[in-house]
Amino acid sequence: MNRNLIIGLILSAIAILAALVSFIWTPFDHVAMNIPAKLQTPNLTHWFGTDHFGRDIFSMIMVGARTSIAVAFVAVGIGMGLGIPLGLWAAARKGSYVDELIMRANDLIFAFPSLVIAILITAIFGAGAVNAIIAIGIFNIPVFARVVRGAALPIWEREFILAARVAGKKAARISVEHILPNVLNLLIVQATIQFSLGILAEAALSYVGLGAQPPTPSWGRMLADAQTLVSIAPHLALIPGFAIIITVMGLNLMGDGLRDHLNPRTRVART
Amino acid sequence: MSLLDITNLSLSISGTPILRDVSLSVNTGEIVAVTGESGSGKSLTVLATMGLLPTRSQTTGTIALEGQDLLTTSEADLCNIRGNNIGMVFQEPMTALNPVQTIGAQVAETILIHGTMSKSDAMARAADVLTRVGLPQDQFPLSRYPHELSGGQRQRVVIAMAIALRPKLLIADEPTTALDVTTQAQILDLLQDLARDYDMGLLMITHDLAVVSDMADKIVVMRLGKVVEQGETKSLLTNMQHAYTKMLFAASGHQVKLPDLPASDVLLSVKNVVRDYTTPRKTVFGSKGVFRALNGVSFDIKRGERLGLVGESGCGKSTLTRAILGLEDVQDGEITLEGATVFTGQKPNLAVRRKMQVVFQDPFGSFNPRHKVARLITEPFHLLETPLTQEERQRLINQTLTAVGLDPSDANKYIHQFSGGQRQRIAIARALIIQPDLIVFDEAVSALDVSVRAQILDLLANLSAKYNLTYLFISHDLSVVRTITDRVLVMQRGEIVEQGETEQVFTAPNHPYTQELIAAAPVLPDLQHLKG
Amino acid sequence: MIRYTLKRFLSLCISLAVASLLIFFVIEIAPGDPASFMLGINAQPDTVAALRAELGLDVPKFERYLAWTQGMLTGDFGMSYTYRTPISQMVADRLWVSLPLALFALALSTIIALPAGIYAAARRGKTGDVAVMSATQLGVAIPNFWFAMMLVLIFAIKLRWFAGGGFAGWDKGLGAVMWSLTLPAISLALPQAAILARVMRSALLDVMNEDFMRTARAKGLTTTQTLWKHGLRNALIPVLTIIGLQFSFLLAGGIIIEQVFYLPGLGRLVFQAISARDLIVVESVVMLLVFAVIVVNFAVDLAYATVDPRLRART
Repeated sequence: MNRNLIIGLILSAIAILAALVSFIWTPFDHVAMNIPAKLQTPNLTHWFGTDHFGRDIFSMIMVGARTSIAVAFVAVGIGMGLGIPLGLWAAARKGSYVDELIMRANDLIFAFPSLVIAILITAIFGAGAVNAIIAIGIFNIPVFARVVRGAALPIWEREFILAARVAGKKAARISVEHILPNVLNLLIVQATIQFSLGILAEAALSYVGLGAQPPTPSWGRMLADAQTLVSIAPHLALIPGFAIIITVMGLNLMGDGLRDHLNPRTRVART
Repeated sequence: MSLLDITNLSLSISGTPILRDVSLSVNTGEIVAVTGESGSGKSLTVLATMGLLPTRSQTTGTIALEGQDLLTTSEADLCNIRGNNIGMVFQEPMTALNPVQTIGAQVAETILIHGTMSKSDAMARAADVLTRVGLPQDQFPLSRYPHELSGGQRQRVVIAMAIALRPKLLIADEPTTALDVTTQAQILDLLQDLARDYDMGLLMITHDLAVVSDMADKIVVMRLGKVVEQGETKSLLTNMQHAYTKMLFAASGHQVKLPDLPASDVLLSVKNVVRDYTTPRKTVFGSKGVFRALNGVSFDIKRGERLGLVGESGCGKSTLTRAILGLEDVQDGEITLEGATVFTGQKPNLAVRRKMQVVFQDPFGSFNPRHKVARLITEPFHLLETPLTQEERQRLINQTLTAVGLDPSDANKYIHQFSGGQRQRIAIARALIIQPDLIVFDEAVSALDVSVRAQILDLLANLSAKYNLTYLFISHDLSVVRTITDRVLVMQRGEIVEQGETEQVFTAPNHPYTQELIAAAPVLPDLQHLKG
Repeated sequence: MIRYTLKRFLSLCISLAVASLLIFFVIEIAPGDPASFMLGINAQPDTVAALRAELGLDVPKFERYLAWTQGMLTGDFGMSYTYRTPISQMVADRLWVSLPLALFALALSTIIALPAGIYAAARRGKTGDVAVMSATQLGVAIPNFWFAMMLVLIFAIKLRWFAGGGFAGWDKGLGAVMWSLTLPAISLALPQAAILARVMRSALLDVMNEDFMRTARAKGLTTTQTLWKHGLRNALIPVLTIIGLQFSFLLAGGIIIEQVFYLPGLGRLVFQAISARDLIVVESVVMLLVFAVIVVNFAVDLAYATVDPRLRART
């Protein structure tokens, strides 16, 4: 285990733990307003202070973690579920029209500025967590398809694949049996990166009002609410911001750490 | 004082000792060959001379170039010496040149970096040097990019860069290992000529003992970071002292005894096979080109016969292998095994494929690193119509591993736990386990050290006797094909130009191309003859 | 080279055609009729029908698609449902805010990232490298709109160096425009610079392992000379890809940053159009953004060919 991996695991664990614990316990009810106690700075009762309605920010951050993580997690799931088979298929039929079609479709999705399309989708089909998931998920598909295809192509050139073909195995079986296990490391790393990007994208969508809708708390909307109050109560903007940064950085460090840990070459070079 | 004197050079990288007390010397105009198997430290010895060792290297001893110790010379001074007093040629010409710079710019760079010559003078000089190494300006102008040249031509560019300033010492690290045998002969001639013309010392590394004996004035034999023996070529060859040197030379010329060829029927028949590949358009509206990889190839293999196939890269050997194994269809002609075609309709014929197996060149790339040996070698069982019982499977694993000289307990290990030679045994086990009628060996011993190669050849001869194997042995190495096959095919540009009994073809080749190949291949001198 | 350019151009045209079809289709399946939305729920059916005819919504879909794309090609984007003004005019005004912002940010990102990446690669494993890499690790984790809020808090509210938002207007001169775009551009550029610096570094490190770098050292080049003369141009190929992709991130990211700084750019236009269900405006702006991204990618493809002679020759 390297340093990046340990730090990354700890930071990500904090976010995930906060999300899980919020299901059974939060210091206060995260939707309960308490106007007399509004805009408090962090103190012993309200650890992260309160917002302009007097809601407890610590509780909101915990429940917000739930939203962020759920949206990003499902979006990564969509990307992997569709992107990996497509990438494997394209690699197995390299140079054929299937490959060409899949890769052109990928290029096309990349040509759409992702946030713009997310905005378009949520605008047309309504704002909300589910549409945000779909919007983010769609852009994960070509990412995984590309990574898998790129990693699979050199493996298809290896002699053990020829040996498998001589043993009469078909492309689909070879893809699952020989290609997939050998690109798995890369996929795990890519998944953590896409997970962190998903959290950033969810925050951005919620910030412009197109993500999870009230009363569901989300870090992005907490920032949007904080915007007009930032000069009198900076902690309203600082705390959700730090929550996002810590989670995203944790996931990125974990990705970097995993890449070094899972790649035998760098592991050897390190010791 | 010699031109180069390496005295008691020891090297360790990150604390691991690599070289121990290496001493050797090169005189002006002298060709010194350093030889040994992988892991002998021969490459690191010359990298130390160039001052290009990896970081975290620690050295003791001296490397004196005309009396100046390079190990204590500053990096700035070493930059002045490299390219100017010492030139270097590398093993892999395909990657040794910068792909985005013209060959003229890359040769001129050596001159510009050291001299006070103007850019146009340097380019003129580069043109001269390129002409000298066999790339005349009318065919190979300075504006060419590396990707427009063949491997041999690129190696000439690398040599031009190394000798542009007429260094006193030229270092060549396996300069011809990546090249075809006819190209190899030309590059070796060029290096020899240059050393003589410019009165350079040439320090050459090669694992090929035939090359060594052919051109070196002095031989240095290394093993596991130590010099085991060195001396004048002739006296060393006639009077080897060290057991390792003797073993090395014996293994290089290793001969095996094949069992007698039984009289039998045709097993595999290849008739008038044609395989075309389309090449990209050259101009905007031009039509796609066609490259004919196989052009009317016909031959038979009889049951129990050991057939060889030799030819240089790009001659169609790999295409033919793929066609025989039913991995790719052919445009015309027919390939049949006992009368059944390997490709029926659009699909490979599984009933035929069950009877063929293959052993590849690369002992490192042939196996999925994530599977254990038992799973790796039983992969061909996928071809069986009815799955084997667990006991039968286990029995076959044990029996086959034992047959290739491994232990049944090796079945539970991963592939990275084995050496290159052991991996090639596992590859053979994978081919044998389904008891095929025909095995294709595709450059199966080319990546191995000579001592390991000799063992694998012995194994093949034993298995031939035991299982009455029929195989097609594809190799660029003529000496190996000569000992391991009964009959041989010679292939050039997609056609079989000559075929016949192996000894017959080697002693009295008919076709000019066969004659050229055999003449170009370096041969080990007859040691008995040298003594006499 | 001609063949390569033509091939790329053809692929550009196909991408544009498919993208326009997709956008049109998505807008078409959007629930709700713009005419009834504009007139409210109490409108008479014949008034709605009249408005539909006026907006050109009563002709078949395919004809509308053709009319729309033909209009786009001639610079006529149609009329806004809500403002009843030509969309091309509205878009042009907003483009003069959004495009300078994206270009400003791209320039900043490149100017910061490339030297940082080269420096880190050259000092691999040393303190300088670790410092740059830690900074980029932080940079990629910061949401740009949050960073923008912090910049406003510090430089506009506390220090009062900049205005907290708004756009100076081109009539005030280039200097004033740049000044009002400085904080938005920085907040857009820094997270992207962090990504670009990482790509630059790893591309250079990859090139450093190539055989030809050792050949260059054997000629007598110092490590620094090798890096500049042989490493950089080869490392530029992956870096160009990312710069091309970043342009699309910056255009899109601009939409959000415009919200933070109250800039009258395309982003504001899109959000206003969405809330008014003025879908033809949304459609046109999205198409325009996609057009910009596809054209930039085309330019990047051509840039590859000038960097890498192998591409010129092969296709």
